[in-house]
Amino acid sequence: MSDERVYSAPGDVIEAKEPVVLVSRYRGFTRVNHWITAACMIVLLISGFSFFHPSLYWMTGLFGGGQMTRWLHPIVGLLLVASFFLLFVQMWKLNLPRREDVEWSLKIGDVLKGNEENLPELGKYNAGQKVVFWGMSGLIVVLVVTGIMIWEQYFPNLVSIPVRRVALAVHALTAVGAILIFIVHVYAAIWTRGTIRAMTRGTVTGGWAFRHHRKWLRELARRQDADSAK
Amino acid sequence: MTTERAPQPVTAAANPPVQPLPSNLLPSDVVKVSATSNVPAPERELTKVAKLIDVSKCIGCKACQSACVEWNDTHPALEENTGIYENPHDLTPDMFTLMRFTEYVNPATQELEWLIRKDGCMHCEDPGCLKACPAPGAIVQYSNGIVDFISENCIGCGYCIAGCPFDIPRISKTAHVAKKCTLCSDRVAVGQGPACAKACPTQAIVFGTKEDMIAHAEERIEDLKSRGYENAGLYDPPGVGGTHVMYVLHHADKPSIYSDLPDDPRISRVVEGWKGPAKTVGLAVAGLAAVGAVLHGIFAKPNEVSAHEEEEAEELVQEEAAHHGGKDHDGDRG
Repeated sequence: MSDERVYSAPGDVIEAKEPVVLVSRYRGFTRVNHWITAACMIVLLISGFSFFHPSLYWMTGLFGGGQMTRWLHPIVGLLLVASFFLLFVQMWKLNLPRREDVEWSLKIGDVLKGNEENLPELGKYNAGQKVVFWGMSGLIVVLVVTGIMIWEQYFPNLVSIPVRRVALAVHALTAVGAILIFIVHVYAAIWTRGTIRAMTRGTVTGGWAFRHHRKWLRELARRQDADSAK
Repeated sequence: MTTERAPQPVTAAANPPVQPLPSNLLPSDVVKVSATSNVPAPERELTKVAKLIDVSKCIGCKACQSACVEWNDTHPALEENTGIYENPHDLTPDMFTLMRFTEYVNPATQELEWLIRKDGCMHCEDPGCLKACPAPGAIVQYSNGIVDFISENCIGCGYCIAGCPFDIPRISKTAHVAKKCTLCSDRVAVGQGPACAKACPTQAIVFGTKEDMIAHAEERIEDLKSRGYENAGLYDPPGVGGTHVMYVLHHADKPSIYSDLPDDPRISRVVEGWKGPAKTVGLAVAGLAAVGAVLHGIFAKPNEVSAHEEEEAEELVQEEAAHHGGKDHDGDRG
């Protein structure tokens, strides 16, 4: 029974108890997967921004000019979709909504003030992280569908011109949404100290897990024997 | 106006000057530039020009197409005959103008009318292509009204296709740039009218100042009305601020019978929204979010894990180990 994972993913394990507790949060594969996705996203944001507003067109120079940027943007987009899909497969289950997410969301004021003692115990992800996950997943689907509709080089006649106009507008608006989620995601990782190491070294401290994701830590603690016997 | 420069052409019929003359269509004559907001006001204002296409005088000979291909040195692909008169079957990156043929049965007379319309860029006063274009300087409008694509600034994204109310621009599969009728800006620059107008054997295509062309159209419309075409009229659609290619139509009340010539063309509201509020608001929202995050980062205290929490974690891990340790060994990997 202690083997059943409810709040944790395969690979999540308490790595060390001394001198401080260290918990493995992301395997090497997931980390590489994440950073490839991140790199794609940054390229897409910069290249997309340069077409979004004339004042940012100079950024096409980073990719070798307007023609190169126009060529590169959709290709990196497809790469991101593939890479994000792998992340999605690994993470969707633990991002399903749970009862405690409602309470957490209602206490968003305490979240922003950092009063975590007032918040419910959580599994691997809080409601904010889940919103980022599902929000980004949805926006990426919209972006890739509209993106293919406006991909002049390979799909010039896929949709009619009126549909294409809508696709262009939706693509731009959706991209703004993706930028907002991107900012929230990056900022939350920076503001919540001790988070970034989960995606660099792969581990977080026990205190971090205790403070932010106690149910997750509890489950891993309960599984210690099961995990170490492997 | 300097005297050495080529004169502005006022007709395509007269013979042009033969002595070499420097261009009279200068970079400083540009009044609108794609993806550029502060275009300096030009020192001089060129006379507005226009091409007038009188569909009632067109015999469908395609001399205009040939002249266009010759002057612009394009090489439209040879296509299969599929039993229609259009050749090629559509505008292409190598065919900037196209005769479109419609067999129309006039419901009033029950007579078959063969409507022939020379399709191509309309040179809108308010060009949708230019509005949609993200590349600075890829599309310009001169003060004489000509809308021109500047290939070296074009990135081949195809946004102009979405912007155009007339479905005119085509993207070259080899050069990856947008192509369309230039109104022979390179000929106009040296005092000559467009090649198509020059070649037209019936003068169905004429060229001159926009004022003259409207006056000429009025004569033609009067003549058509006297011959029973009571709805004859000029196609100079106000939705795009008027155009610098205009038609005389015998059925000006129904432009769409001429191979889907738009009845009331205007830049799509979707394009206006996308290139207007969406662009400004989107950038502002993204900027505010970034600034907000930075400010929160500076002024709010970071969300830090305390030493006490590290201890609590150690306790929790130890406790759980004590509770469950030894019990579930054989339950492993169940």
